[in-house]
Amino acid sequence: MVDRGSDDRMQLPPREVADVMPPHAHSWIGRYVFSQDAKYIALQYSGTAVAIGLVALVLSWLMRLQLGFPGTFDFITAEAYYQFVTMHGMIMVIYLLTAIFLGGFGNYLIPLMVGARDMVFPFVNMLSYWVYLLAVLVLVASFFVPGGPTGAGWTLYPPQAVLSGTPGGAQSGIILMLVSLILFIIGFTMGGLNYAVTVLQARTRGMTMMRLPLTVWGIFTATVMALLAFPALFVACVMMLFDRLLGTSFFMPALVELGEKLSYGGGSPIAFQHLFWFFGHPEVYIVALPAFGIVSDLIAVHARKNIFGYRMMVWAIVIIGALSFIVWAHHMYVSGMHPWFGFFFATTTLIIAIPTAIKVYNWVLTLWQGDIHLTLPMLFALGFIVTFVNGGLTGLFLGNVVVDVPLSDTMFVVAHFHMVMGVAPIMVIFGAVYHWYPKITGRMLNEAMGQIHFWVTFIGAYAVFFPMHYVGLVGVPRRYFEIGEPEFLTAPVDGLNAFISSAALIVGAVQVLFLFNLYWSLRRGREAGGNPWRAASLEWQTPETPPRHGNWDALPDVYRWAYDYSVPGAPEDYIAQTDPWVSDGEDRRL
Amino acid sequence: MTVILAFLALVALAAGLWLSQQRLASKPWLETGIAPLAGHGPGRAPGFVFIVAFLAVAGGLFAMLGSAFVMQIEETPWALVPLPGRVWMNTALLLLASVCLQFVVIAARAGTARWLRASLIAASIATLAFLAGQVQVWVTLAAGGYRLDGAPAASFFYLITGLHGLHLLGGIIALAAVCLRHAGAGDARALLPGVRACALYWHVLLAFWLMLFALLQGWGNAFLALCRAAVS
Repeated sequence: MVDRGSDDRMQLPPREVADVMPPHAHSWIGRYVFSQDAKYIALQYSGTAVAIGLVALVLSWLMRLQLGFPGTFDFITAEAYYQFVTMHGMIMVIYLLTAIFLGGFGNYLIPLMVGARDMVFPFVNMLSYWVYLLAVLVLVASFFVPGGPTGAGWTLYPPQAVLSGTPGGAQSGIILMLVSLILFIIGFTMGGLNYAVTVLQARTRGMTMMRLPLTVWGIFTATVMALLAFPALFVACVMMLFDRLLGTSFFMPALVELGEKLSYGGGSPIAFQHLFWFFGHPEVYIVALPAFGIVSDLIAVHARKNIFGYRMMVWAIVIIGALSFIVWAHHMYVSGMHPWFGFFFATTTLIIAIPTAIKVYNWVLTLWQGDIHLTLPMLFALGFIVTFVNGGLTGLFLGNVVVDVPLSDTMFVVAHFHMVMGVAPIMVIFGAVYHWYPKITGRMLNEAMGQIHFWVTFIGAYAVFFPMHYVGLVGVPRRYFEIGEPEFLTAPVDGLNAFISSAALIVGAVQVLFLFNLYWSLRRGREAGGNPWRAASLEWQTPETPPRHGNWDALPDVYRWAYDYSVPGAPEDYIAQTDPWVSDGEDRRL
Repeated sequence: MTVILAFLALVALAAGLWLSQQRLASKPWLETGIAPLAGHGPGRAPGFVFIVAFLAVAGGLFAMLGSAFVMQIEETPWALVPLPGRVWMNTALLLLASVCLQFVVIAARAGTARWLRASLIAASIATLAFLAGQVQVWVTLAAGGYRLDGAPAASFFYLITGLHGLHLLGGIIALAAVCLRHAGAGDARALLPGVRACALYWHVLLAFWLMLFALLQGWGNAFLALCRAAVS
């Protein structure tokens, strides 16, 4: 079906994008396994990300068991502890958060929200998932090779990452980690190019960039950032792999190991740090920007109010994306740098707080005098705002060289980045799942289970990470398997560590209830209908719920932005983007 | 990190120009009705935009390599690899391939199948000769003691030329796929969208190679040192 012509009867301009129905798969395998439907690919991405995320969750439990109750669990050795730390960090940041926001929500929401039938290159999109799955499998394989996975820390700093003193350094652990990351980046590039081109070239008639929901703006900008930032990690991984396997010395200076001079020489470990953090800091916003976008939509829908300062929100997303490329070295203050560089990176780090603060103010002002419905998505959105502000404020401290240097290697930093990059985006993921689950399955998630899930997660996360700031401030270093009772601690922390660990176990356990809710509600959840939240954006206007392959009967026409809520004189408290209603004193349709 | 920052400045400029066409100052909450989309129309097919975006990613990759190269030279001074004269000839071959592909585009637009076929064969041969020439340079360097696991400058040469060559190999496969898909069409014009994208790919990979070549020759460092001296 191709429609390129204008519709004279309705006086509509011609379509910019041809309405072509994607070919349907006829076999079960084509539909559900090697599916080219972005919605199934989204579910595949999400399922895989959650599965590997659960592994990382268990690893965090094991870490906390050691820190909270040192010496109690014989199977947690120092080597194993470092492996848990490394794999937990890498899995959570890359294989869970990045994959679920871009591969999961990006795939499901972009075509629906821009009014497309699918991604522009469905085959490449499918390939993207399978390469991602391969990357995950390679990563998991590292648990089963001699020596186990790498224990180099999630930053994989050379030279220690490839030396025999580090778990997995002289064996296959580090090799599998690097190969897995390279595969992940290749897979993401296929998917990311698809997301970007779909937003650029497959928007339906009337869907201008300034009518896109902020979710799409967030995912789109994060995708562009990831496409530009991941090459830095790719290059770093390839070069380190060469160092480990082929004897090059890109990052390896002259070294003596166990009294023996190694063949390396002439390389620069600091170069790796630059490459890693050139990816690493944008990565924070690659996760945060989709979360910003999604939370904006959740707040507008569940407060029945148009988003405050839409233009500013768009500009802030773009500006944050651009600025995040010139702050990377604030992760390297303790590596040493020229004082002027320290000043420059501290300044850019503080400047990035301005557009971020604009977003926070706009969320609060959207809530102001809104018709706030304390639904589960709204609860998680509110949880996100509070957590993000808390984590962001400690980030302002750490952005300054003089504060960062003494705190950099303490648990304070661990608490900071878990608040801002762990708890906050995961709150958004939960909120988004409660919000869009009815569209994905046609049923509502169970409210009682959801309430327990929210309150235990929210209070539990604060029970874990609030005291952790204090633990860091009194001087507990991070990355230590066991610290004993050193004299430099200004207060005892044993009891607090045990409390944090207990809270972490409870927060982790309640996630099982969330997973059970996903399963239980699939069959027994209340029927949702097509638009249970009475939302205005395009994905809620599909003719069927869940949307079928191709999404629409005919491509929709967009007459307005995505935030027309509580419009005076409108027949309902929301106006769908496809609704041609105009207000000129009386109810009429265009 | 000067090289990657300069590259990203170019990307930011292009993004800024594009964003300036998207009416970012409009007030969507006041606007109702069908509004026209910017950035669509002939020549903006999704496939072409895909290639442009991919080239930006590849540009980031090579800029990161360039940055790492410059950084290492500054931090741990080492002697550059004396590049054999064959590299100049290889560069000329890649330039020839790029020119031939532009002729392919012209022939496809005019619908002249004979010229198209000849230009296509010439472009493919020139590209393959470039790749073979690069391998020959590797052999020459290795024989001269500049091995992959030797000094970092040599390692960089192998890595950069290897990744660049892989991108060109991918391009050849894509070009072959475009030609095979339309082999039975009978109309040379059917090839136009595909060969346009391929030609752009070749031109940009040539530009990347010229910049990397300058860096590997040490000219980039001299230029950066001059810039720093001017600034300080």
